[in-house]
Amino acid sequence: MAVKAMKASEVARRVVEKKDLFILDVRNEDAYADWKIESDSFQYMNVPYFELLDGVEEIMENIPKDKELLVVCAKEGSSQMVAEMLSDEGMEVSYLEGGMKTWSEHLEPVKVGDLPNGELYQFVRLGKGCLSYMALSNGEAAIIDATRMTDVFINFAKEKEVKIKHVFDTHLHADHISGGREIAEKTGAVYWLPPKDAEEVVFEYEPLTDGEQVRIGDTAIDINALYSPGHTIGSTSFVIDNRFLLSGDILFIDSIGRPDLAGKAEDWVGDLRETLYSRYRELSEDLVVLPAHFMIMEEVNDDGSVQEKLGTLFEKNHGLNIEDESKFRSLVTENLPPQPNSHQEIRQTNMGKITPDIDKKQEMEIGPNRCAVKA
Amino acid sequence: MNITVNEHLDAKGLACPMPIVKTKKAITALEPGQVIEIQATDKGSTADLEAWSKKSGHQYIGTSEKDGVLYHYVRKSTGEESEEKTFPHVIDNSELQEKLERDVQILDVRESAEYAFSHIPGAVSVPLGELDERMKELDKNKETYVVCRTGNRSDMASQKLADNEFTNVKNVVPGMSDWNGPTESSK
Repeated sequence: MAVKAMKASEVARRVVEKKDLFILDVRNEDAYADWKIESDSFQYMNVPYFELLDGVEEIMENIPKDKELLVVCAKEGSSQMVAEMLSDEGMEVSYLEGGMKTWSEHLEPVKVGDLPNGELYQFVRLGKGCLSYMALSNGEAAIIDATRMTDVFINFAKEKEVKIKHVFDTHLHADHISGGREIAEKTGAVYWLPPKDAEEVVFEYEPLTDGEQVRIGDTAIDINALYSPGHTIGSTSFVIDNRFLLSGDILFIDSIGRPDLAGKAEDWVGDLRETLYSRYRELSEDLVVLPAHFMIMEEVNDDGSVQEKLGTLFEKNHGLNIEDESKFRSLVTENLPPQPNSHQEIRQTNMGKITPDIDKKQEMEIGPNRCAVKA
Repeated sequence: MNITVNEHLDAKGLACPMPIVKTKKAITALEPGQVIEIQATDKGSTADLEAWSKKSGHQYIGTSEKDGVLYHYVRKSTGEESEEKTFPHVIDNSELQEKLERDVQILDVRESAEYAFSHIPGAVSVPLGELDERMKELDKNKETYVVCRTGNRSDMASQKLADNEFTNVKNVVPGMSDWNGPTESSK
């Protein structure tokens, strides 16, 4: 039976639609424990490919016959080999094209709302938990927190026949490499960064300041910059069209930002509390919160988007409901999850201080997202 | 690093799963206890080779990197843990640790790759297979402590030394597999 290649986009569709899939992950056990394709509707089995070199008979009986079978590895080669062995035994089986490397890079655009004479899209990076945004209005576009897969954004803008005018990063990212500067260079757009996060950057940028307004299209979507330190000192939120709050890594759906990724947890925890408990409290509860990350699949809605009303988060997000300041302080400075892989190198890359090649960039970003602290 | 090995395998430029597939094949031609060096460029090969070695009973010694090439060292399984130790004079790891400051002779009889990645400071490297011809490099009258990974190769080496007029020889058990004292590497 012929072995089929399944594309990352097809896997993404099944994740969002909560479809069945049986994943045989043939990476080594440490890699699997660290990071895998997450879905509530999938079943999993992890057997390293090097245990299957002499044959797959032993695992055959543990693979359900009534589910579609996908073999996954780091880059593709091993999963293809194991899939062929299973196929030789008469099983119908696919392998993940490009492996976890491609899965990590896959972006799925999801429309989150209409804007005056335009639309707002969220780009969901399921494999890494990153969320980027593109606001379109009357022939112009702004991109917020772009990932390094810059072609996806540029091509999307082309399809939509809009010109990218502004590119923003809410903060200096430590978990993934920003595509902001590259998009700006390729399209002639203006690249904006919060100056307090950009003190060490080695390139030109436009400094974002609190209260600044940028307009996209002649129907005017106001993008209001809201200084909101805590995850990083310069962290900035954006309010688009008085309806959408892009909260960066400050506030997530089920958790809040961690203040320690630049090594300054003690200094920044006060800023984080001030932002979440005072500055955000002053905003309209009807704002739709659009964060820069999600951590668990429960945060992804049925339509594949990640969004929730600010008022709902004030009720349900435990991180917004810790009355006692010292408890809050200990929560976000102690018991933190491990730091993201290569976070120092990623920060250096985003500052322009180092320029790793594409292989190195992929390697640096491998692994789960760890920007949040769960209360 | 100057490491003597029994076999070289060039897996440069090959993507996963080929470095492991080729290693698995090459290692069948080796004698138990022999060491193979695998040259690879696939970054994932380090973790996979380590995990594969563990599962298949081989000893993953270590990996060094030079000019973008990974040099992995694996020693074929021997089942040596099950062999019986016969040399009567033994000393345990912690007792040896107390003697490190003194003027003693520590002889490491593991393969050169094992020695290169981690050994007791000041230990002399003479792999068991070379001991007969290189015994003359050693001082017969000095307090001598023989160490390997688990105490079996050093058991045989200790016996050889005692049979050749070494007067004060002790086998260190279990040896480097459980060594908590200072180490250095020469890779």
